[in-house]
Amino acid sequence: MITFDRVSKSYPGGHQALSGLSLHIEPGEMVFLTGHSGAGKSTLLKLIALLERPTRGTVIVNGQNIGPMKRRRIPYFRRQVGVIFQDHKLLTDRTVFDNVALPLIIAGHSHREIGRRVRAALDQVGLLDKERAMPVTLSGGEQQRVGIARAVVNKPPLLIADEPTGNLDPELSLEIMRLFERFNQVGVTVLIASHDHELIRQLGHRVISLRHGRLVAPHLAYTGGAQQ
Amino acid sequence: MSTTADRIRHRRADGPKFGPIRWLTRHAQVMVSTLGRLYRRPVSSLLSVTVIGIALALPAGLHVLIQNTRAISSSLEGAARISVFLQRNVTDNQRDALADVLRRREDVANVTVISAEQALAEFKALSGFGDAIDALEDNPLPAVLVVTPASADGAAVDALRTALAGFPETEIVQLDSEWLQRLNAILEIINRGILVLAGMFGVAVVIVVGNTIRLDIQNRREEIVVTKLVGGTDAFVRRPFLYMGFWYGAGGGVMAWLLTGIALLLMHEPVSRLAGLYGSGFRLEGLGFNGGLAVLGAGALLGWLGAMVAASQHLADIEPE
Repeated sequence: MITFDRVSKSYPGGHQALSGLSLHIEPGEMVFLTGHSGAGKSTLLKLIALLERPTRGTVIVNGQNIGPMKRRRIPYFRRQVGVIFQDHKLLTDRTVFDNVALPLIIAGHSHREIGRRVRAALDQVGLLDKERAMPVTLSGGEQQRVGIARAVVNKPPLLIADEPTGNLDPELSLEIMRLFERFNQVGVTVLIASHDHELIRQLGHRVISLRHGRLVAPHLAYTGGAQQ
Repeated sequence: MSTTADRIRHRRADGPKFGPIRWLTRHAQVMVSTLGRLYRRPVSSLLSVTVIGIALALPAGLHVLIQNTRAISSSLEGAARISVFLQRNVTDNQRDALADVLRRREDVANVTVISAEQALAEFKALSGFGDAIDALEDNPLPAVLVVTPASADGAAVDALRTALAGFPETEIVQLDSEWLQRLNAILEIINRGILVLAGMFGVAVVIVVGNTIRLDIQNRREEIVVTKLVGGTDAFVRRPFLYMGFWYGAGGGVMAWLLTGIALLLMHEPVSRLAGLYGSGFRLEGLGFNGGLAVLGAGALLGWLGAMVAASQHLADIEPE
């Protein structure tokens, strides 16, 4: 699902976020990405969502070499990747329903189809009764679940999340992670950046650790638990 | 390779098939939702629309005035007459014979003979120089044949005028409607000026709408970023702003239509009073339905253009990070 082949990313000014990184994530895997802040976790996720382009090396996502992808193709690519942010990135002037519906409106689904799919996604995250609520009236955990519903409503084969439990207490964090596991169980590849080692150990999925833009334990990255 | 993995890898985020009806529905939805957006902040929308309306109403109103003046001048043109002043040595018989010759011409509708004596009497009565004229030994005025052309067409009148000038009895030929031609020439210049003015106000409308849309884009930065993040194309992101521009322009057009209507209504009474003094039933004509539609269309087009300029300049800068 995701392959990095000797990928480097340096920013103007000389900061080297990733250097010669190679890793592979199989379709249907659930993987955690850890490392200190500045280790390159966010950069790695940005490369997968094509928010940044690699300076060197090849990034293949869902069978497509995305490094040289043309600008006008990027929106169609992004529809195959559900992205979840620590700060949710919800639109505060719209209801929960309208927030979750956005990817479907963009894709051009019919009115009825949108209603059906949004309610299905909200049901999956347990917020079916909040569809008319405004995001600001929800708790942090609920807002994050709206963000997850928006990421999965278009049924993308890949979900990536950047510190999705960063602002939540342990109990809510575990709840959110269990939600990701449920999507993983139906075949969605999930990659989550997190520094909550306690939680990660508890869940027991493959872990990719970054330090200074390199893998800490390269052998683990290639032969993770989920790979047969 | 496992077929399950293959299937998952090639599973794409599914989207619906696009047909022309779906495309139209999409545009109609954006059209309605942007109108709703304007409706939700009525004061600022109304201000923008009014500014655009005034910018459109000025050239439109001037155009209406020129059209009305033209209507007056062309109604007068139908009454064009040619005065043929005869040589002083032409006798009364020669004069009447010439009048008969002219009456038989096909391009002449009517000939009125004004003898030298009649001309002097008329001049005496109208000029107030009665005593001075009495002091003259000879009548200084020539006889005049007032010729009404059969056709009001400018070229035909000119041809007749040349023909009249060719008679040996003719001293001077004068077209009574010469001042009308000069007026028309002046109107033509003013009309050209209005075109230039309309061009400048058109640019102003593009700038006003462009600036409004630019501010709107800045206010919606967050929404644009999120939309691009979840796979919105440039066209999708741009569309609501283009329709906003369209509505601003079209609204301005309606406002301009209204403003010129009100202006004409205010002028109606004094104009009909003036027309009454001249014994004329002249009435001011407004933009009319077609003219109104043209102003509305021009406004919508300029609004769209302004939004296009703003969107192409500012939307590309807003990218998710």
